[in-house]
This record gives sequence, C-alpha cells and structure tokens, in this order.
Amino acid sequence: MTLCHKAGVALAVLAAAFVAGCGGSGDSRSKEVVLVTHDSFAIPKQVKAAFERESGLKLRILQGGDAGEAVNRALLTKGNPQGDVLFGIDNNLLSRALDEGLFEPYKAGGLDQVDNRYLLDPTHHVTPIDHGDVCLNVDRKWFASRGIAAPRTLADLREPRYRKLLVVENPATSTPGLAFMLATVARFGESGWREYWRGLRANGVLVVDGWEEAYTARFSGAGGSKGTRPIVVSYATSPAAEVIFAAKPPATAPTAVVVDSCFRQIELAGVLDGTKNVAGAHVLIDFMLSERFQTSVPESMFVLPVRDGTPLPDAFRRYAVSPARPLELPAAEIGSNRDRWIDEWTRTVLR
Amino acid sequence: MLSVRGARVAMGGHEALAGVDLDVERGTTVAVLGPSGSGKSTLLRAIAGLQRLDDGSVTLGGRSLAGVPPHRREIGLMFQDDALFPHRDVAANVSFGLRMQGVAPPAAAARVAELLDLVGLGGREHRRVASLSGGERKRVALARALAPSPQVLLLDEPLGALDRALHDRLVTELRGLFDEIRQTAVYVTHDVAEAFAVGTQVAVMREGMIAQVATPERLWAAPADAWVARFIGLTNIDERGGTSFVTRPEGVVFRSDASGDALVISSHRDGPVVTLCARYDDGREIVSAHTGLAPLTPGARVSVEIDPAAVVEVPTTIAREAPHPSAGDAVG
Amino acid sequence: MDTNSPALRRGWHVAVALVPAAFLALFFAFPLASILERGLTSAGGLSLPAGTGALLWFTAWQAAASTLLTLAAGLPLAWAIGRFRFRGRSLARALVLVPFVLPTVVVATAFLALLPAGYERGIWAILAAHVFFNIAVVTRVVGGAWSTIDPASSEAAAVLGAGPWRRAREVTLPQLAPALSASAALTFLFTFTSFGVILILGGPGRATLETEIYNRAARQFDLHAAAVLSLLQLVAVAVVLAVASLLEARAGPASTLADEGSVLRRPIGRERIALAAVLTAAALVLVLPLAVLVRRSLGNWGALFRETPALLVEPWQAAVYSVAFASLAALIALVVGGLAAVTLARRPAGAVDGFVLLPLGASAVMLGFGFLIAFDTAPLDFRSSWWLVPVAQSLVAAPFVVRIVAPALRSIDPRLREVAATLGAAPARAWREVDLPLVGRAFAVAAGFAFAIALGEFGATVFVARAEQPTLPVAIFRFLGRPGAENQGLAAALAVVLAGIVVCAALAAERVAEGRGRAL
Repeated sequence: MTLCHKAGVALAVLAAAFVAGCGGSGDSRSKEVVLVTHDSFAIPKQVKAAFERESGLKLRILQGGDAGEAVNRALLTKGNPQGDVLFGIDNNLLSRALDEGLFEPYKAGGLDQVDNRYLLDPTHHVTPIDHGDVCLNVDRKWFASRGIAAPRTLADLREPRYRKLLVVENPATSTPGLAFMLATVARFGESGWREYWRGLRANGVLVVDGWEEAYTARFSGAGGSKGTRPIVVSYATSPAAEVIFAAKPPATAPTAVVVDSCFRQIELAGVLDGTKNVAGAHVLIDFMLSERFQTSVPESMFVLPVRDGTPLPDAFRRYAVSPARPLELPAAEIGSNRDRWIDEWTRTVLR
Repeated sequence: MLSVRGARVAMGGHEALAGVDLDVERGTTVAVLGPSGSGKSTLLRAIAGLQRLDDGSVTLGGRSLAGVPPHRREIGLMFQDDALFPHRDVAANVSFGLRMQGVAPPAAAARVAELLDLVGLGGREHRRVASLSGGERKRVALARALAPSPQVLLLDEPLGALDRALHDRLVTELRGLFDEIRQTAVYVTHDVAEAFAVGTQVAVMREGMIAQVATPERLWAAPADAWVARFIGLTNIDERGGTSFVTRPEGVVFRSDASGDALVISSHRDGPVVTLCARYDDGREIVSAHTGLAPLTPGARVSVEIDPAAVVEVPTTIAREAPHPSAGDAVG
Repeated sequence: MDTNSPALRRGWHVAVALVPAAFLALFFAFPLASILERGLTSAGGLSLPAGTGALLWFTAWQAAASTLLTLAAGLPLAWAIGRFRFRGRSLARALVLVPFVLPTVVVATAFLALLPAGYERGIWAILAAHVFFNIAVVTRVVGGAWSTIDPASSEAAAVLGAGPWRRAREVTLPQLAPALSASAALTFLFTFTSFGVILILGGPGRATLETEIYNRAARQFDLHAAAVLSLLQLVAVAVVLAVASLLEARAGPASTLADEGSVLRRPIGRERIALAAVLTAAALVLVLPLAVLVRRSLGNWGALFRETPALLVEPWQAAVYSVAFASLAALIALVVGGLAAVTLARRPAGAVDGFVLLPLGASAVMLGFGFLIAFDTAPLDFRSSWWLVPVAQSLVAAPFVVRIVAPALRSIDPRLREVAATLGAAPARAWREVDLPLVGRAFAVAAGFAFAIALGEFGATVFVARAEQPTLPVAIFRFLGRPGAENQGLAAALAVVLAGIVVCAALAAERVAEGRGRAL
C-alpha cells in the first residue's frame, strides 16, 4: 500500500470514529427520547439544547419523507415503534392512525392554552402542536404587471382569464395536494367537486407530483424560480417565507394567499403505542406545547403555533394568514372516503 | 541427479504422458525434443510439480518428490513467454526467489548484481520490465530462475519468437552459461538445431513417450526408427516393410552428368552448408548436403553417388509399450 | 504444517466465499424477504394490481430508449477517451462521473430550469436526464475497453483495404462487443429502476415499476400491491441480467489486453477536429446542468457555515458526515465485494457474474422498509444504529466492486503464479505477491466508484439516517423542500460541494491507479 493509500484509509477510519463518537448510540434507552417525524420538521439548536438541559434527556430525531410517509412508517412498525413520539400527523391522516391504534392517550400539560378548534381528538391520543392551512398562493407582481385581478375564490379559477395559470400537486403523492382536493370537496360537495375539476382541467391546470416542484420550479412568485405559473397550491405561511428568505428583503410580500381556498391543516403529535419510554414521550410532548418551542415553529417550520399568545415574528404577523373559517372536513369522513376521492380525482383530471 | 520413472498423465481422455523414463545427470543439459502435442511441456510441468502425475515418480538428488508442492522442490522454471512480473523492476524480479528463501537484502542485492552480470545485463537493476527488449527480457527471466540456485533448471521453449541472429546468439550463450556454472538443465524445444546445440543429451519425444535418448552425434548416426530419423531431418528414408534404410545427406554426392538418372529440383544454402534435392526419373527424391561452393543449379541433370557408410538400417517403428488410440505420425 | 493441503485450501475458499454471502443474506435477503412476506400475507396471494401491464410496458420501453440514446451519446466520448491522449483527459474522465453521483432531485430540478417550455416534462425530459446520468457508464466501460484493444488488428485491416468506417464496423466493434453489452445492460438496469427522474420529470400519470412501488408502499401504505410489484421487478431485472450475461458470453472473451500506455496516442489531422467537437459537445451536455446549479448557488456560500433551522448541524458538516459514511461504505464494499470477486474469479466468466447486480434491482423503499421491520428485535435490533447507513450504502456499491475486480483477477496470467511457485512462494504468498499488486489498479478504480456511489445514495439511507448526522443528499433534499430563495440556493450550493467531492475522489483514484502501473 502506498503512503497515500494508508493516509486515505486512516482518514476514513478517523472520520468514522468521529461519526461514531458524535452518534453515541451507547446511551441507555431511558436517557434519550426519540422523535419520529417528517422532512419538514425543524428545531433550532438552542431550543433543542434547552430541552435536553431541562429534561435531562437526549433528543434523537428520525426524519424522512413527508407527513404521510412518516405516518406509514409508524404504521409499518406498529407495536414496536422506531421512536417514542410521532410528530407530523395531520387531520387528513388522523382517522386511519386512530383506527389502527397507533397511539397511546396522553393529556398534555399546556392544553389549556390551546384554542378549542385545534382539539381534534377528545380522547387525547393526539395533541395539536401547530397549524398551517393549505391555500392558493398568487404572485402579486405577475398579476399587477398584466393588469389582471388575482383570483379571490375557488370558483374564479375556472374563468378563462385564468387559463393555464394554475399549478397544483397530485393528491395521491402530496400532502398539500391532498388538502387542496379536500378543500374542493368541502366547498362544492360530493356532487359538485368533480365537475369543478373538470372545469379546471379544461382551463389548463398543471399537475405535478410534489410541493417542491410546484412551488420552487413552477410558481413564478417563488424566489429564484423560473416558473411561469402565478397561482399555486401552497401554505398560508409561504408569503412570509418569501419575505424572510428573499435575497433582499422587499417592502411588501411578493405573494399573497387566496383566503377563500384555505383548508384547515393541523399538525399533531402522539405517543407511539409500544414505546418503552413513556415518561420521556410525555416530557417531549409537554415541551412541544411550551412557549419556548411554540415560539420557534414559525421560523423553523413555516407553520403557526397553536398556543394562545405566542409571539410571532414580524414577517409572519404581517403576511401569514390564519383564516377564521377555513374549509374543513371531519377527520372520519376524510378517513373513509379519501382513497375513493383520490381515485376519482385521478380519473377526472389525469386520464 | 533427476530421475523420472513411468510418468503418466491423462488429460481429457488421452494420455499426454504414457510412461516416460528420463535421467538427467548432474551438470548436464538434456534437450527434450519433439513435435507439438508430444507431451514435452506436460513432462516439464510434471517435474516442476505444476501437473499431477497419475502414475510414476520423480526423484531429485535421491529424494522422492511425491507430494512435494512446487514451491518446495528447488526446481527453477523458465517459460516461453518469460512471465516476468510486470509490476516490478528488473532487480525485484530477479531477487524474488531470494526473498522467498529469506535471504537478507544486502546479500540478495549482491547476488542479483552477480547474476545480471552473468547474463550480460549488468547495471540494469532498476529498469522497468515494460521497457526491455525481447532479448533483455529473456536474460532477466533466466537470471530470475537461476538466482535461488535451483538444483535443476527447466526451460520450456525459452527462445521462441526471437529473431534469428539473437536466437542463435542466445543459444550459444545459454550453453556456455550452463557449462560455466555447471547447471543441471532440462531444455524443451521443437527445434532440432536448437536441441542439438544446447543438449548434452537429446531425448526425442513422440505422443507421450520417449522414443530415443542419445547424444546428438549418436542420434544423427543411429536414429532409433524411421520416425525419429524423419523428425531430426534425415529425409532420405527408404521404407521396406518393417525395416527402413536411412541415408545421411552428407553421404550423398551429385555429379553433373548429362546422362544421369536424376534432376536437381532445389538448392538451398544455410550458412556454410548447401542442401540439394534431386528427383530420380522414377519419381523418388533424394537429398544431398555438403559444404563448399555449389555449381549445381535446379534443372541440372546429375548422377547420384551414395557412400554406403552413410546408410544405416533401422526398424520402421520401434516397439511401443501401449497401443495408441490416435495412430499416425505427428507432423514434424 | 503443510500449508498446501487441498483440504485446508478448500476451507480457505469456503471461508472467503462465506463472508460476502453472509453479509448479503443478513443485510439484503433477510430484510427484503421480511417485507415481502408481510406484504404478501396481508391480502390475497400474488394477484397483480390493475394496470400492471401498462406499467411494465412503459418501464421497459423507456429504459430501452434511454439505453439506446445513452449508447449513441456515450460512444463518441468513449472513442475520444479510449483512443487518444490529450491534456485534461483525467479531468474529463472524472467529470463524467459527476452526473452519476448527484442526487436525482437536484439534477431533475436543474433540468427543469434548462429545458425549453413544453418539453420539460414528458418522455423527452426523462430520456435527456437518463442520458445525462448514465453517460458515465458507457464512457468509462467502453472507453476503458477501447484503450486495451491492440491497434494492430485495425492496422492489419487497413492494409487489407478496409476504410475507416468499415474497420470500425468489422474490426473494432466486435472487439468492443463485451464492453458494449456490459454497459448497455448496466444502463438498462439503472433506467429500468430509475426513480427520481420519472417522479419529477415524468409528471403525474407517468409511472414506472419503481415509482409505483414507492407510491403504494410509502404513500398509500398498500403493502400487498407494493410487494407483488417488487417481486415482479426482481424477476424482470433477473431476466434482464440473464439476457445480458448471455450476450456477454456470446460476444466472446475480451480482446488482447494491450498496455494502455502503448495504445493511447495523440490525435492527428481530421481526428483533432472530431475530438474537439466531441469534447465540446460532451462538455456542454455535462456542464450545462451543473452551471445552472452553480449559478443558483451564488450568494449562498456563506450560509453554509451558518446555523439554519432546517438542519441540526451547520450545512458544511453534512459534507463531513457524507465523506465519513461514504468512506466507510466504500471500505465495506471493497471488503465484501473484493472477497466475492475472489470467489467468482476462480471460475471463468459466467451467468453468476451477471446476477451480482441483482441487489440494484430491488426497490430501495422496500429495502428500507425491510430494515425497519427486520432489525427491530434483539439480537438484531440495530435499525437505529448509525452504522446501518454505511451498510445500506455499501449494498449498492459492492456489486460494482465485484464487476470491476473480478475481471481483473481473471485476467492475471496464471503462469505468473506458477513462476512464483517455482521460485519458492507458497500459494498464499504467491497470491499476495503476484495477484494483489496486479489488481491494485482495479481496486483503486473500484474504490473510486464505490465511494462515489455511496456518496450519492439516498433511497435506503433516508430510512436509517439520523437527523443529527445528515448526509449531503439528505441535506439537499431537506433544503429543496423548504420555501425561499435562500434555501433553494443552499441546496444548490451543497449540490456543488457534492459534485466537487466526487470529482476530487475520482481524480485521486485515477492518480493512484495510474501510479501503480498499467498492467492488469
């Protein structure tokens, strides 16, 4: 072996040791708590450190995929879960998880600070942590420069002047896409929503698979995007994100939300059934409802806190929308009809 | 020194070696001569331990080599295509065997230098193998094989694919080298001239068996049978049933004679020797060889004089131990 | 002790073969079997879900079209790199590897920006992206083979009156046949199991087996359909590999191995123009998407060293973790793959060699799921262990190690070992002194490939990675999924870092390989 070979191997071994040292899987189970979640979960370092300091537990995070995938992974390992707490299940996915007995009930401390409309589960198998409605976003500059008024309602989208301007996500593969489809079901009812989508299809709607592509590549209002479509299905907090992450902070938000189209999206957490660290799970969920964590959610996850009185960052206060009466559907109804609706949607829009 | 008794090797349904006996005395070179397919390389590999014997034995210096693996036999091997280690330089190649013996680096380096001088490559220790010429590669392969002082050196057609002048020069050098260091060697070749030049004794092989072992002189004077005669270049053979009469070409003289009964059909000079071939009117051909200048050209009519001392009577085929499934002469 | 007894040697051989077999059984067969069993027993038998026929058809023909296009695009580049010596040759060879290792999400997004409106979705986009990804396979495999073809046979044909195209068709092409079919088989395999490209550039409604398996398993949690489709995919891939093996066997043994140093030459006359044209075209095709990425990344490089809520570590640390994991994965792949190669090289090339690539035909999401349910109880409860990441990565890298090292081992002249024996080297010693150095080059190449593949692996990693130790692809994906120009720019910057690491690694591997001498 040449010297440089030896050096390379030594380097790799050292690096591996570094990784192992940082990983430290030697801790006994009771000194750590494991959070299973999706890719959009984020927690600032100081907040995580604060938790670990106060609780004496090390927080390990396992994340991958979107909310639906995270829930499915939990369902896969039901009874012998990968972690102690699942965060990221939303009202659209709730009924199945409850039916399968994925969670153990726990009444979190701090629930008294949470508004009633977020309390979806009276049995406390799940605890609300944040909310972030799925709404249509429009590119204000695009519409202003052409002198067209931006759409104000869902029904507007069928008008010819909005032809080929809308991009949506496939509800079979995307959580916001699913939420938007449910919004149309909620608005137009069982009898009318398919007709609505036929109209959208005739009006040139573009369907893509995921939010990343829809927002960052297709939506003209996203910073740095080459997209050509000024209407997209995204989140009520996206305009605030555009302001925060803009290269140069603009005077006003470049995008706006179509309030009429918003569909309620509440994100919940629950103690996974079969976990060996129930005490740690409880501590974590309590922490997630605490002011410290709730204050961090807007800027880390682009969602709004459920805890009353949590201070919001400036951009969120100004540009993030929290509609008083968003569109909603009962979780049970979603659970029993979702697959059928997705099938019918696919037949109506894609085939 | 080296003794092979009753060696038998069966390969793919036929016998590559069909009962070979061979003795090699210390300090001599035995040239194993035969056409391709006669089993020469198999014999060599069997002696080296690279080929298992189905029957028979190999003894070296009185010690039986049965069950001894190749790396313990103290037998050197030089291949036709050198098989030098491409990833090492000359010194590393030559010193390989010494390293395996555990010789200390300074002593090894000294021996390498000594051997390179011996083969005429003094000072080339650090040349890369890829940059060597054909002749240089042979010499390195030889030095490498000799370095661990093997009791016997086996050479498998080592001088193939070389140009004529280099080939002849190396043959002479090899012979001289072996004599000088008193190396015991077994030298396999299909080239008669090479075998005669190199070998103290020549063993002629045919279809897995030894047809004759003799000095070159003896072989030329008294071939064992018509096949051997034909193989070593005595083409004037008159077969009469079980007996054949072999006439040495140097005992045939053509005299220019307008009323002669033969016509010269070819004339060929190889160095100092001229070989002429004439056809009798009845169709038989006869070959004459002599030194000196040759005024005779193809088309000349000649009469043929044969010295009776140059004619020897041999059996057409010598008795063979085992009947051979593939009958017929191997092409020489 | 007689170290040469046949029994002991056979024991050694068995032990050597057992290590990779056990590794594969534990980390591949077992998890896969677990998840398939779970899926198949959850509902009715082996019934194929509706629409499978169309799915299979689309998967197959887009793979075939991609393969043909990749061959067409890669051959000129292989010719350039395999025949000529020119400045920047090493760099060109290394750059060609970059698309191979970039995460598909990144590349697909870059392509979306590049392609003209109207073509950015659909079959043409898929084909373009596939060519971009797989051109490395054709270039390196065919180019490598080309530089070992003895030019003497082509020269002989020229003397006999054959013009350049005729020579190419009748002399060169047959000699390249094994390399061509090998690279075609590999490309077909990759494009058949392609996932990210189909997902993003195909648009909704376009699905291949792999994306459908992902949808059913991860999104819809329909394990039964996913399991059936996975089995179907495995069978289909096995068929592909069998056909490829047959083609390779029919094509005959590799041509006379000339020394690369003696084959490469400087281009003359019209060749220089052709060479320049090919290199320019290749540069455009390969560099343009990367240029898009670089442009996106501008202005965000500082953010690499700042904390961001999207990751638990500063972004630059993802690079460190990536390199650490990939190095370990490459090491594992070299050991496991190397031992497998030694075992396979004992036999002449045959069907078994083709099946070495079978693990690549298993769906990454099913394998990941398999990890989750197979390794959840003691004594096998390591699904949360950090070292499962390099293990998962090594599963994709090891087959390549075998495919590169086994032929090299086979090509060693057995006489060299015999000579070593007559010079006193016992079999094990002969192996160490002769075989090992001669395959050093192949090992270096394999190490480079394994490292690059491990770096870019994403599918299975995502199931076992921990958020505190993100790899570059995981981090890139994380940033891509968040709104805001800065996040997109950070994703692009990390992608550029990833590309940079790969180029450096490939160049280093080339340097080591060349330094060891050219003999194979």
